[in-house]
Amino acid sequence: MRIELIRRPERSAAMAWLSPVIAVVLTLVAGAIIFAANGIDPLQGLYVYFLEPLTLPFTLYELVVKAIPIIIIAVGLALCYLSNVWNIGAEGQLTVGAITGSLLPILFPDFQNVLTLPIMLLMGILGGALYAAIPAVLKSRFGTNEILTSLMLVYVAAYLLDWLVRGPLRDPQGFGFPGSRPFTDFQVMPILFPGSRVHLGLVFALVVVVGAWFILHRTITGFAITTLGQAPRAGAFAGFSRRRMTMLVFLISGGLAGLAGIAEVAGPVGKLEVVISPGYGFTAIIVAFLGRLNPAAIVVAGLVLALSFIGSERAQIVLGMSSQTGRVFQGMLLFFVLACDTFILYRLRFVRTPHAPLARSAE
Amino acid sequence: MSMAEAIIVTIVIASTPLLLAALGELVAERSGVLNLGVEGMMIMGAVTGFIASYETGQPIFGILASLAAGMLTASLFAFVTLVLVANQVASGLALTLLGIGFSALIGESYASKPGVRLAQIHIPGLSDIPFVGPILFGQDPLVYVTVALTVGVSWFLFRTRGGLVLRAVGDNHVSAHALGYGVVRVRFLAVLFGGACAGLAGAYLSLVSTSQWLDNMTAGRGWIALALVVFATWLPWRLAVGALLFGAVGILQFHAQALGVRVPAQFLSALPYLITIVVLVLISGNRMLMRSNTPAMLGQSFVPDR
Amino acid sequence: MGAESETKAVSEFRRPEGEPTLAAIGITKDFATLRANDNVDFAIRPGEIHALLGENGAGKSTLVKILYGALQPTSGEIRWRGRPVVIPNPAAARRLGIGMVFQHFSLFDSLTVAENISLALSGTTRLDGLRSRIESVSKDYGLPLRPDSVVADLSVGERQRVEIVRCLLQEPQLIIMDEPTSVLTPQEADDLFVTLKRLAGEGCSVLYISHRLEEVRGLCHHATILRHGKVVAECDPQKETARRLASLMVGSEVHAVRPPDPVPEGAAVRLSVTRLSLDKPHPFAVDLKDVSLEVRAGEIVGIAGIAGNGQDELFAALSGERLAPGEADVRINGEPCGRRDITARRRLGAAFVPEERLGHGAVPRLRLSSNVVLTRYATDPGLAPAGVINRNDALAIANRVSQAFDVRKGSPDPEASALSGGNLQKFVVGREIDRQPTVLVVSQPTWGVDAGAATTIRQALVDLARAGSAVLMISQDLDEVLEISDRIAVIALGRLSSPRPRSELPREAIGLMMTGIGMIEPEGRHAH
Repeated sequence: MRIELIRRPERSAAMAWLSPVIAVVLTLVAGAIIFAANGIDPLQGLYVYFLEPLTLPFTLYELVVKAIPIIIIAVGLALCYLSNVWNIGAEGQLTVGAITGSLLPILFPDFQNVLTLPIMLLMGILGGALYAAIPAVLKSRFGTNEILTSLMLVYVAAYLLDWLVRGPLRDPQGFGFPGSRPFTDFQVMPILFPGSRVHLGLVFALVVVVGAWFILHRTITGFAITTLGQAPRAGAFAGFSRRRMTMLVFLISGGLAGLAGIAEVAGPVGKLEVVISPGYGFTAIIVAFLGRLNPAAIVVAGLVLALSFIGSERAQIVLGMSSQTGRVFQGMLLFFVLACDTFILYRLRFVRTPHAPLARSAE
Repeated sequence: MSMAEAIIVTIVIASTPLLLAALGELVAERSGVLNLGVEGMMIMGAVTGFIASYETGQPIFGILASLAAGMLTASLFAFVTLVLVANQVASGLALTLLGIGFSALIGESYASKPGVRLAQIHIPGLSDIPFVGPILFGQDPLVYVTVALTVGVSWFLFRTRGGLVLRAVGDNHVSAHALGYGVVRVRFLAVLFGGACAGLAGAYLSLVSTSQWLDNMTAGRGWIALALVVFATWLPWRLAVGALLFGAVGILQFHAQALGVRVPAQFLSALPYLITIVVLVLISGNRMLMRSNTPAMLGQSFVPDR
Repeated sequence: MGAESETKAVSEFRRPEGEPTLAAIGITKDFATLRANDNVDFAIRPGEIHALLGENGAGKSTLVKILYGALQPTSGEIRWRGRPVVIPNPAAARRLGIGMVFQHFSLFDSLTVAENISLALSGTTRLDGLRSRIESVSKDYGLPLRPDSVVADLSVGERQRVEIVRCLLQEPQLIIMDEPTSVLTPQEADDLFVTLKRLAGEGCSVLYISHRLEEVRGLCHHATILRHGKVVAECDPQKETARRLASLMVGSEVHAVRPPDPVPEGAAVRLSVTRLSLDKPHPFAVDLKDVSLEVRAGEIVGIAGIAGNGQDELFAALSGERLAPGEADVRINGEPCGRRDITARRRLGAAFVPEERLGHGAVPRLRLSSNVVLTRYATDPGLAPAGVINRNDALAIANRVSQAFDVRKGSPDPEASALSGGNLQKFVVGREIDRQPTVLVVSQPTWGVDAGAATTIRQALVDLARAGSAVLMISQDLDEVLEISDRIAVIALGRLSSPRPRSELPREAIGLMMTGIGMIEPEGRHAH
């Protein structure tokens, strides 16, 4: 028996919708197996993990809080991946954005007015964008693989942050603990719903999603992104520059990751710390693919992945499961999505083959 | 042991896992598959290697378990990218994310437990020769396996028919298919080999470099191995040189501090990653060199028409 | 290729008798929606050169792939020397004694000649022994080769030699040649015919796939003609006229495109290239050397040449996908634009149709309307005002082009990849002609399209030129160049001969120039 892929004449619209759903279902099935293997009733495990958070107002708010940075970053990454540019260093760009955005409140704590937060946000965006410009420039100037460079810069950014919060930017009144002074008043993101931690970033996320959707589907820039991604020669034939596009999508995605970074430290985190993100930059990669690089679908995908963060926290408390189950779910989900997406363009055929000794020559 | 001896031995220990993982990836890439999941396969090897040897008390079981784990995770990647022709870049990332998460999950209860250490070989007489002895004859067995593997991979790729077929598949999968070679099969095997090597490299970290399991303990070495393959322009011998170079940079931080260099520790920790970037830039800047050696099909999916 | 010499060569030729080496009985092959082979019967005898004729899409390639084990028939039987066989894959075909020389070479660029050949031979052939065998076979058949050269460094003709030697070393009883001369100069083709006749004389069967009728008439004993997947005729090609064979292939009498009127003297020069030299962009490409050319309003200039002699590089330099060294090297409508990109050149009134339809001229997974935007967003005022795409406009243009060029499609606005080759080519050419460009540069306008679409496209080029535009056509199809060009130039090894009126250039002279010798030096060029 052999499995063959048969190319469909046109992409299947039904599978385009079904694929993420099937992937989620498969992930749940695999999750149930993992729960069972850990001696937990699978149904209870899945309930605690994926349903219970949706029934409590507090966790619903927290879901949004977690989804904000993920969605903002994922939209930027989607632009990259659509144009076949592989920025996987969003985590580092987030970190640098958080650092540059925090310079103002840390170095000038008394600069407190309505301009404080906007300046912080702009500096965060700028920091993330400039950090993303490094792999972009290396790519277009020297042809250096952007996957490797952008990833290496994640580690560099993490050590930079570590050094800063233990050294130059450490809070003098912090009893020697690493971390900057906490942000206050005009330095923090306004809360949208009293009693929750949902902050202004939600508005940013929605603006980013709508903006990206418009760019992708209505403008020449968006057209250039998809064209260069799908058929680089046709893109060049249309007069679009690959170099400029690499630069543009890196700057956009880096800027958005930087925005997410400063919004985190000026929001839920409240100050610059050793760890400011539980891996949002990597989770966003999964979200970008789960939302099949479509800004609107990324909102849904971002909420699903945010749920996996909340769920793993709940599972840790209620079931005593490892907090790492969240990452396992995320990795499996991405795998299943990629596998299911195959069936948008192909269908399967099972062929019975007599095992003749014909394959010998291939040894 | 003198300071110089100690430095050389630590360089070897630091570079062996890099070389192992990179050798496997080199074979996979020569067949045309870009597997960015090295980090994920490596860490799965590290955790299973640790658990198996801890539970049995025998490092050999750890090594076998790490081989199996590496191949198992690699087969997942191979199935998705080769059979279902999913995007290799994205699937490799998925493998890395999955590996890091899954290893942390199954290794959670083993963190901070004392593990079993793979002993160094001691050949009476030879290992006792000053300077040369410990370096040539006093390493752990995996170092010798790695050296043999480097020779073996080089021999296989350029001296055997199997290697010729593998290179042919990486050069032009349509032609290879037209000649009747099983493109998917060759690539599947190459990816499995890559997985086995990465798994072994992981076990090296949890059984030799340190004898413990730490969450995320590969710390980007899988990615550095990927960079090494580019650095070596897909040639095994250059890989060995590159691995020693990177190993040296990696341990520089310890010795630099011992020597009293006044640089923040974080800077020294970041150094291997920064140097990787610099090296990648230098190598890829040389376009002629890159073009003539890069497997033409690298990262491209193959679907035969039927 | 005079008619007399042909008849003479053929008269010595008679279809050999004997039991068929290979027979196919009732072969049918279905793809998803298409029946590519429909109950095909076919037999080839020992020592016979047997032509398989048919248009693109008639099912020739499918049948050949089935015979070579690369595809499995849906139904039907293959007999090898009278015995029914299943050929599950190409390796099995080779073990039976079937060898194949591919149309698009199946060589490995980064490997050596010996390694390439070794890959096609089963078993554990030592490379050392193989080298001497390669040398002896290549000497015997007049196919000189160096076993240790890397294939990437070889010319097209040399690459074909590798394929043939590779095939011969398997000592096949049947050799399948898929359009072997499409990439060769007439002289190289003649050498090939000598080799093939010699092989047939030794008792080897040769299955010869071609759409070059003159060639088939001079070379083959017997012909099987396919149309829409069915065998429509078997005949002795030497007894038929080329016109009759063509009508069997196409199903109706072919009518030629009318050539344009003579270009009036002193018509404005719309496209000019002046002493353009451009280094190759990568090791496997060609340097352009001192290329000069003028195309005037109202004329079609055809550039003949064998693939890989600088056509792609010239097209890229004209379109602006690669910039020339100097601004004045390329002028469009008198405006120097050598350093300006493709968008700027389009704004000067030029339009471009590249060789590759899918992936270069059109994005496969985008709809036709989006593919209109691809090349016209900068020149059509209403299409993308302020960078925002007007989709209704794009759709209207797509429909207009489809109607004018008879583009047949399954849905109102399908993805480009859903169109057949001929229909997509009509769309890609039509999209540019619909703009009424003053300069059109087109590469391989009818490559791989059916005769009907080819006629439509050629007629459209002629009409465009007649309406006052300058058309530059780069084509490897010499018949096409001869059919519609007013003036003809030849490109070889990155050099371009100066264009001369069609009437002054006999076919043989062009053939010679295509090899790089006998090039007519462009005026005003001196040795330096």
